Amino acid sequence: MGKTYINGIGCVSAQKTFDTVFLEEAVLNESLNVLPLELPTYKDYISPIAARRMSKAVKNGIVASTIAMKEAHVDTFDAIITGTGMGCIEDSDKFLKAIIDNNEEFLTPTSFIQSTHNTVGAQIALGMTCKAYNFTYVNAAVSFESAVFDAKMQIDADESKTILVGGIDEMTDYTQRLFKLAGFIKNDEEGSFPILNSKSKGTVFSEGATFFVLENKKSTSTYVEIVDIEMVNSLEVSEVESKIISFLKQNNLEVSDVDAVVLGINGDMEFDNYYKSISESAFKNTPQVYYKHLSGEYNTASAFGLFVGSKIIKAQQIPDILKANAITKSEIKHLLLYNQYRGIDHSFTLISKC
Amino acid sequence: MEALKQELKEKIIAVLNLEDIAVADINDTDALFGDGLGLDSIDALELIVLLDKDYGIKLTDPKEGKHIFQSIDTMSSYIAANRTK
Repeated sequence: MGKTYINGIGCVSAQKTFDTVFLEEAVLNESLNVLPLELPTYKDYISPIAARRMSKAVKNGIVASTIAMKEAHVDTFDAIITGTGMGCIEDSDKFLKAIIDNNEEFLTPTSFIQSTHNTVGAQIALGMTCKAYNFTYVNAAVSFESAVFDAKMQIDADESKTILVGGIDEMTDYTQRLFKLAGFIKNDEEGSFPILNSKSKGTVFSEGATFFVLENKKSTSTYVEIVDIEMVNSLEVSEVESKIISFLKQNNLEVSDVDAVVLGINGDMEFDNYYKSISESAFKNTPQVYYKHLSGEYNTASAFGLFVGSKIIKAQQIPDILKANAITKSEIKHLLLYNQYRGIDHSFTLISKC
Repeated sequence: MEALKQELKEKIIAVLNLEDIAVADINDTDALFGDGLGLDSIDALELIVLLDKDYGIKLTDPKEGKHIFQSIDTMSSYIAANRTK
């Protein structure tokens, strides 16, 4: 069975994650409940004539994938696999609004073409005339993990050698209003929105695109090996620890072998108990990392988590801004990522130094 | 006619998201497709919808489009002669 290595990473997020090494310019902003993107100069990556029909998600996806490909020195793939929870929601909104506003007449093609969930993967493939396997997973908060799972299976089975995998989601004003009504976003009136030890419902949202070049061989740019990934739709708080123990056991590891745990803590007091249940027991003596105070929550924010985990192992250092506790380890060899959203879509990803 | 040409240029820039192009950059006789503005077949569909929605003109013969969409001059002349809105 082959091994899967991350050989290139590109990320567009609420932080300056492009043209930087590892969050050295990260800024904690607790005054906003929706974090704006730190925008790259799109013209450096996409011609203006091509970019004029692209939504934020497409442009961010192209920028992030270009950075990942450049880092891995790869320009062709056996597969392009993306994950997105809400797809190109901006163009979907535009298209649906036009249907209503114009009484189902005068429908223009652009927003329709750009509104599908597969638009990002398709545009990347079109840009590099890649006719290989192209698939998009739309599985809410495990969309990205589903894409990684597919890629890993293909590499394990030796069906593919080089795969581009990414997670992309965008936020629109309309979605923001709906999420606030539903209580998914913290109430505006709270004024301050800390994530760690939050005492309120909802979370801080944002958007982003994170891409990874996965290959079956190590290279000079290799970050980590993706050892295993598993998703569970529904778990009780009390079941998380035993699930992690069995996940580690199937990889011949124990809790004490995990040198750092990256948790998807998002400040929602209703559901952060899932993380608390393991951070105060199984992993109480393990360095704990959180990241959604920097990235914000979105269906594929866990891709930002994998970006963080991979960088930590490569740098063998956890930036202070990511630390959820004060415990340190001299070497970070095995790192576990755990994420869930609103009590469902649990994912466990094990990455290791190589 | 000059007002219609100005209006048309503004609408084309907005509808086709020509972010880097200003009204002054489009000459009345410039080719809209090919070497001129560089528009493509998806833009042609957008322009057909624009004529229908804003000027009440339904293009049924695709061959007509080739002539009508040659330039701002040809488009504005056609709109002035056939508009129902």
